[in-house]
Amino acid sequence: MKVLVTVKEVAEPDDDFAVEGTDIAASDLEYDLNEWDDYAVEAAVQLAEAGIADEVVAVTIGPERAEETVRMALAKGADRAVRVWDEAFEAGFADVAAKVTAFEAVVETEDPDLVLGGVQAADTGFGATGVALAERIGFEHAAVVNDLEVDDDAGVAHVHRELEGGVEELTDVDLPAVLTVQTGLNEPRYASLRGIRQAQRKEIDAKDLSALGLSVEDVESSLAITSMYEPESESDAEIIEGDAGETASRLAEVLREKGVGA
Amino acid sequence: MSDVLVVSEHRRGELRDVSYEAITAGRELADARDGDLHVAVVGGDVGRFAEDLNRQGVDAVHAVSNGEEFDHNVYQSAVGALLEGTGAEAVVIPNSVNGLDYAPAVAEAHGYPLVTDAIGFEYDDGLTVTREMYGSKVETTVDVTGDQFVLTVRGGEWAPAEGVGDATVEPVEVDHPESGARVTGFEEVGGGDVDIADADVLVSVGRGIEEEENLELVEDLADALGATLSASRPIVDNGWLPKNRQVGQSGKVVTPDVYIAIGISGAVQHVAGMKGSDTIVAVNTDPNAPIFDIADYGIVGDLFDVVPELIDEFA
Ligand SMILES: Cc1cc2nc3c(=O)[nH]c(=O)nc-3n(C[C@H](O)[C@H](O)[C@H](O)COP(=O)(O)OP(=O)(O)OC[C@H]3O[C@@H](n4cnc5c(N)ncnc54)[C@H](O)[C@@H]3O)c2cc1C
Ligand SMILES: Nc1ncnc2c1ncn2[C@@H]1O[C@H](COP(=O)(O)O)[C@@H](O)[C@H]1O
Repeated sequence: MKVLVTVKEVAEPDDDFAVEGTDIAASDLEYDLNEWDDYAVEAAVQLAEAGIADEVVAVTIGPERAEETVRMALAKGADRAVRVWDEAFEAGFADVAAKVTAFEAVVETEDPDLVLGGVQAADTGFGATGVALAERIGFEHAAVVNDLEVDDDAGVAHVHRELEGGVEELTDVDLPAVLTVQTGLNEPRYASLRGIRQAQRKEIDAKDLSALGLSVEDVESSLAITSMYEPESESDAEIIEGDAGETASRLAEVLREKGVGA
Repeated sequence: MSDVLVVSEHRRGELRDVSYEAITAGRELADARDGDLHVAVVGGDVGRFAEDLNRQGVDAVHAVSNGEEFDHNVYQSAVGALLEGTGAEAVVIPNSVNGLDYAPAVAEAHGYPLVTDAIGFEYDDGLTVTREMYGSKVETTVDVTGDQFVLTVRGGEWAPAEGVGDATVEPVEVDHPESGARVTGFEEVGGGDVDIADADVLVSVGRGIEEEENLELVEDLADALGATLSASRPIVDNGWLPKNRQVGQSGKVVTPDVYIAIGISGAVQHVAGMKGSDTIVAVNTDPNAPIFDIADYGIVGDLFDVVPELIDEFA
């Protein structure tokens, strides 16, 4: 079977950052593979190693810069990658449906049996793409999966869905399916030097909208970010000033007052 | 005028609190849209649930009697049928693990815009949602085009609806496709020797600790303070501490006298598990870490400098 993994390059603000307009200044952002997608890549690669998947294809919607992130997925064992980008995405904030439209077109060409993605993107935190994609392409789905066993012959994925409060739901999901992967599902590997070298030779197929048979109207977003600001702190925390010794001694005083360590 | 549909959530025989909070959010929206507020409860003991959900401001409760526990196919079909039946064009769903297992599909199926994890909104000509980004370091306002939408609301942001309403209760049964995702059971995880929820003082460690070997440092601190050691999720995901030490949405909810967060950023799913602590102390190198927003005492500093000094203070 074929596995498609959605991988997003996410932005993380530096400790010191400034908001410019409706986003954080580009110079104050670092980019990385989304943590949840790292677990999804690992799950896909493990399926390949177990002989269940014959091909693992990574797909991203992102600018050229995102190829670095995609290469990480390739270095960890994905066979090849598709990168979708278009000027149309630069214009504003792509909503879930717009991204799903692009992924749907990729699914049509790739024809996967299983799509793995992350529970959420660390930066925008929508937590919605996988389930929306499943609905669009007519696949079954399960969100927040922290245990996965694929029975290819039976056409079923046995999963645990991690609910709130230390309860897991055991579910059998018919394939083809989209699963959103929770951290802790596995232990994501580090890319080996050999993997990194091999990744350089693997194909990243860059496609714009017209290559996918889509037009700008197809990915029009229904959402617009109109402001961004640092939230006002709700607490009046006492920030203890001084060097490590001074702060520790003031904190010790506070803790003793609360009866700690007595 | 346009109606609003709130979908409640229950698990294993209990309505979850966020259901009542979603009603409050839904009522605000219904007022702004000059419409009625419909509340759906799907599966389980719908008669009893419907009674509980009949709070002030609810115009109708739709008791959908299919099944027992959550099944996203049934929920999707129920919402579809109710949108058609009531004419509601705005849907409010809890931003929970199960909410996120069907809300995006509902939005997709109906071609409605979707905004998740709302912490607030305003409604004038249309909907403007407040939500966080970049790990709670910033807030954004998001304008939604049109007046049809699916909105998921974060728990704990709206007050629970109270009182007893005069809603009509409408029994409903919906047709739904045979489910391709079958729940076969539930499993409790995180049991074992210690219950961090019993501790008076918790020393809680996060990804700032960097390496498994460094855990000794916070173990020593916990010993010195007579405290119990707990952790954020990545520490447990890495297998460095067992699941019963995890604080947060998918771990334990704790309310100790003193909670000392060391190298923990304060992600919403972590905070959900510890914000009820009496006194919260945070040690973090990043002055913008959201944990400082809920802390009572903060040290902006390197845990590898501060923690050894603190251990010395109690040695
Ligand atoms: C459905 C779902 C459920 C979840 N459930 C939970 C849950 O139950 N519990 C939970 O904790 N998380 C949960 N999460 C994960 C959550 O979103 C965060 O990813 C997680 O809480 C981050 O943990 P952290 O703060 O330890 O790590 P990070 O966010 O990486 O923060 C590390 C912090 O350490 C600081 N730091 C680094 N070096 C130092 C140093 N030398 N000294 C001092 N400070 C330092 C950094 O400034 C940073 O603030 C869940 C996520 C999802 C999607
Ligand atoms: N631009 C993107 N490129 C690739 N994958 C994405 C993108 N946006 C979202 N995803 C996938 O969808 C998951 C959930 O993202 P979100 O719904 O945006 O929180 C991520 O973990 C990714 O697997």
